[in-house]
Amino acid sequence: MNDSSQMGTTCASSSSSAKNPARRRRFGLAFWLTFVICMATWMVLSGLFDAFHLSLGVISCAIVADLNARAMWLDVNLGRTLRHWGRFAVYVPWLLIQIWRANLHMLKLTFHPRMRQLINPRMVSFKSRIDNRMGLFIMANSITLTPGTVTVFTSVMGRFTVHAIDDVSARGLPGEMEDRVARIFED
Amino acid sequence: MLNITVIVLLFLGLFFFFAGSVGILRFPDFYSRLHPAGKLDSMGLLLTMSAMALYTVGQWNLGAFLTAIKIMLIVVFIYITSPTATHAIVDAGVRAGLTPWIRSDKGTEHDLAA
Repeated sequence: MNDSSQMGTTCASSSSSAKNPARRRRFGLAFWLTFVICMATWMVLSGLFDAFHLSLGVISCAIVADLNARAMWLDVNLGRTLRHWGRFAVYVPWLLIQIWRANLHMLKLTFHPRMRQLINPRMVSFKSRIDNRMGLFIMANSITLTPGTVTVFTSVMGRFTVHAIDDVSARGLPGEMEDRVARIFED
Repeated sequence: MLNITVIVLLFLGLFFFFAGSVGILRFPDFYSRLHPAGKLDSMGLLLTMSAMALYTVGQWNLGAFLTAIKIMLIVVFIYITSPTATHAIVDAGVRAGLTPWIRSDKGTEHDLAA
């Protein structure tokens, strides 16, 4: 999978990468993925499709991709990366629906005349079973985006401290969201 | 038809922004004020920006389409950075040792005065 480079002949360190698997090929998959993402961003943001601007884009994206590819993709595996992105794309609409529903709840609280009797702020702690950092990042941001809960503290080991505004919000933790985030990153 | 959708989305978004400001004033303490501040805003942003993107796409050409993508990119970046910023503010509060407001079941009059 890592060897799907289309520029294999210009590869600088093919012999040493065989001895040392940690050192990857220069124009490998990581380079091309970074390049494609950079180039797509370039085209959307410039909006100019003549030869001059496109070639400028190719040159700068190639430089950026070569410098950053090995930092961006610690362990590149096209199939797994695509699976993660696909599952994340499925997760986002669900999250948006949750944000919408929870926002209505927040609206109700905000305009309720006896709001201070309805809310019951407290700190909630729980241990998450998510074990990778990207999953923890998505989980923490999802908790903050769904109103009623703000992530106060996250550790790499998966400990979360959350400030919940009322009983309903506190009861929903970690709950379904954790299952869904964990499912994104299972292989 | 498109114009009506855009206007409805815009006003709904502005209403969420307004509710966020009201929430900041009404909630009792620092931590609970961050709930409306950080999140009713994100909903308001999504709605208003969708309205803008929809309005731009209505012109049906490539430039308008690219502009719409750029507008939606704003939403994506805000949705990544806004929770992070909220978290940083909460973290600052915790580090400074501020204790969260807790409802006392009898003293609501006192809380309102405070």
